[in-house]
Amino acid sequence: MRKIALIISREYLSRIKKKSFIIMTILGPVLFAAMMVLPTYFANMEDKDVKTIAVIDSSKLFKDKIPNSEYLKFVYLENISLETLKKNFDNSGFYGILYITHMVGFSQPQVHIYSKKQPTMAIKMYIQSVLEKEIEKQKLYASGINDNILNAIKTNIKVIIIKLEDGGVEKRTNTGLIMAVGYICGFLIYFFIFLFGSQVMRGVMEEKGNRIVEVIISSVKPFQLMMGKIIGVGLVALTQFALWILLTFVFLNIFQTSLMPQHKVASSDQIVSQDLFTSKPLNQPIAETSDSNKITSELTESFSYLKYINFGVLIFSFLFYFIGGYLLYGSLFAIVGAVSDHDTDTQQFMLPITVPLILAIFVMVGAMQNPESSVAFWFSIIPFTSPIVMMVRIPFGVPYWQIYLSMALLVITFIGTVWMSAQIYRTGILMYGKKITYREVWKWLKYKS
Amino acid sequence: MELFVAQNIVKQYYKYTALDNVSISVKEGSIFGLLGPNGAGKTTLIRIINQITAPDSGQLFFKGRKFEPDDIYKIGYLPEERGLYRKMKVGEQVIYLAQLKGLSKHDAVKRLKYWFEKFEIFGWWDKKVEELSKGMQQKIQFITTIIHEPELIIFDEPFSGFDPINVDLLKNEILNLKQKGSTIIFSTHNMDSVEELCSHITLINKSKNILSGEINEIRNHFKTGIYRITFSGDENVFNSKFKDIFEIIDMDIKNFNHKTIKMHVKTQLNNNQILSLLLPEVSIISFEEVVPSMTDVFIKVVKN
Repeated sequence: MRKIALIISREYLSRIKKKSFIIMTILGPVLFAAMMVLPTYFANMEDKDVKTIAVIDSSKLFKDKIPNSEYLKFVYLENISLETLKKNFDNSGFYGILYITHMVGFSQPQVHIYSKKQPTMAIKMYIQSVLEKEIEKQKLYASGINDNILNAIKTNIKVIIIKLEDGGVEKRTNTGLIMAVGYICGFLIYFFIFLFGSQVMRGVMEEKGNRIVEVIISSVKPFQLMMGKIIGVGLVALTQFALWILLTFVFLNIFQTSLMPQHKVASSDQIVSQDLFTSKPLNQPIAETSDSNKITSELTESFSYLKYINFGVLIFSFLFYFIGGYLLYGSLFAIVGAVSDHDTDTQQFMLPITVPLILAIFVMVGAMQNPESSVAFWFSIIPFTSPIVMMVRIPFGVPYWQIYLSMALLVITFIGTVWMSAQIYRTGILMYGKKITYREVWKWLKYKS
Repeated sequence: MELFVAQNIVKQYYKYTALDNVSISVKEGSIFGLLGPNGAGKTTLIRIINQITAPDSGQLFFKGRKFEPDDIYKIGYLPEERGLYRKMKVGEQVIYLAQLKGLSKHDAVKRLKYWFEKFEIFGWWDKKVEELSKGMQQKIQFITTIIHEPELIIFDEPFSGFDPINVDLLKNEILNLKQKGSTIIFSTHNMDSVEELCSHITLINKSKNILSGEINEIRNHFKTGIYRITFSGDENVFNSKFKDIFEIIDMDIKNFNHKTIKMHVKTQLNNNQILSLLLPEVSIISFEEVVPSMTDVFIKVVKN
C-alpha cells in the first residue's frame, strides 16, 4: 500500500507541476468564461449606437406605424424621392433606407433596405416582423375587427411541465435546461476519458520506452505500477476538473464586472442561458433582440428550475460514471501503452477504444431528444457507452433499476478490464523492439502469473 | 554458505520453454557469473530472481530459507536496458526509486548525499536526467542500484556504455561492494571481466544449464595439453627427437637464447615428466601449461 501511494504521488505531482497542466488549467476557464460572456458583450456593444433608418413609403400605409426600438429609429420621409436620397446618402447620416413599394389592395409589397453596410439579421428580422404584423392588422381592420377585439383574443400560453414522481410528488421541470445539464455532464466525461486516458497511455509508453519500467517492477508489482499510474492520473483529472469549475466562476465574475458592470447577471444564469440559446432553433433571435428583458426573465425563470433537478443523484452519478468510465478506459489505454513501442504502433490498438467512445457521443445527442428510446436505453446499460449516455438521461429521470443495473455492469466490466490489462501489461512492458499483434496479446492473456 | 539458490527452475511462455530445469547457487560474498549466449534464458532467470515473474516450477532459497516477497528489498538490480525518467530531477528520482526499495525518505536523502560526494557530482542534484550525458546517467543508475545497500546485487552487462576510465571505476566499485560483504550476480558476454571478477559461474544455453562451477576448476577441466615454453638452445629437438610426443603449434624465435614454442602434448604426461624430458636438451627460461580462457571454454561448450 505504501508503494502504491508513492507511485500515485509521483504520477500526480509530476503532472501537476508540468507547465502544460498549469497552462491548461488557466486557459481552459478563461476560454469558457469568454465563451459565456463575450457573445452577450458584443451584442450589447453593437446595440449601443442607435441607428436611424429613413422610410420612403410609396404605399402610404405605414406612416408612424413602425415603432422605434431601443436601437433602431425610423424617420418617415414624404417629400423626397428614393433616387435623391440614394444620391445624398453619404451626407444624410442615415444607416439605411427602407423603401416600400406601392401596394394595390393588400398585395404583397416589395420592401427594400438600402444600406452602405450589411444590415444585421436582427435589423432585417425586426423590420420584416413589424411590417407583417402591420399588414395583418390592417387586413383584420378591413374585415371589421378592431383593436378591442384584437386585444381580447390575444392569448399567451405558457406550458409548465410537471413530472409525477413516485409517492405523489410533483416536480416542475424545464426541458431545455435538463438537456443542457445532461449534455454538459456527458460531454465532460467523454472529454476527460479521452484526455486523461491517453495520458495514462503515454505514461506507460514513456516508462516502457526508456526502460525504467524494468527497474521499477523489480521493486513493485506491475499491477501496483499500473494502478498507481491510473489512479494518479485520475486524481490529476479530478483536480483539473475542480479547478476548471472554480476558475470559470472566478473569471466569469472578473469579465462581467470589467466588461459590463451595469449588466451584471448572476453568473450561473449565464451558463444556462448560453446553452439554451444554442439549442434553440435559428428563427428565434428576433424575439431576443427586440425584447431582451423578457428573455432575461425567462432565463432567470428557467434557471430557477435548476432547484427541481435532483442534484444529489446527479452529482453522485456524475462522479460514479466519471470514475467508473475513466477506470474502464484508463486500463484499456494502459494496455495500448504497454503493447506499443512507438507512437505509430498505438494506432491499430486505439481503434477499439475510440469507436465506442465516439459512438457514445452520437447516441448521446440522440438521447437528448428522446431519452426513452430503446437505443438510448441499451447504450446507457452497456458499460462502454453508459458513462456518457446515461448521464444525458439522468436529468430527465431514469428508473432506479436502470441506473443500478448500468452501474453494476460498469463496475463488473471495469474490474474485468483492469484484470485483463494487468495481465497484458505485465508481459507487454517487457517486450521491446517487437511488432506486437492482436494474436500475440491474446496469448499473453493466457500466461500464468 | 549460499546466499541464493535456485533449484530446477522451469519457466514456459505459452509453448516456448525459456528455462528448462536450471539451477544456480550463489555463495555469500562472492561474485557469480551468469553466462550464456543471447536468448539462452539469462534475462528470464534474472527476472525470476527479481520476482518480476514467477517460475512455473522449481524452488528458490534466500539465506537458506524460502525466498519471500520482502526479500526484494535486499536485492539491487542494474538491468541491461537502462533508463530513468528523462524529465525528472536526478535527486528526486533516485530518492523515489530508493523509497520503492523500502528506504525511508530521510535515509534515502542521507545515503544519496554520501554517493554524490563520493562521485563528486553534487551539482547534478537538481538537474533533469535528460540534461546529463549518457555516461553520467549510467552513474546515476548505478547509484540507484545500490543505494538501499542490497545483500544481493544483479549486474546485467554493467560495462556496456562506459568508457575505459569509467569501466575501471565501476570495477573497483564492484570489488568494493564485494569486500563490504555484498553478493553479486554478474551477467555478461565479456569473458575477460568474468575471469577477472567472478569466482563461480553457470553457463546457460538453449534454456538449459550446461556448465557450472568454480572458474579455475572449469578452466583446468578444459585444458587440452597445450604448453608454452621459452628456452635457449636448439629448437630442432622438438620435431626430431620428440616428434611422437610433441606437436608444435607455433614457434617464435627472437634469437638463439630466447625462443618461445607453443605445443600440444600428445601422450599422457604430467608437467614434471615433460620437464624431465626437456631439461637435458635445452635450458628452460619459462614453462607454462596453457589454461583455456573463458572465451575458449564458452565457445567450445556452446558450439557442442
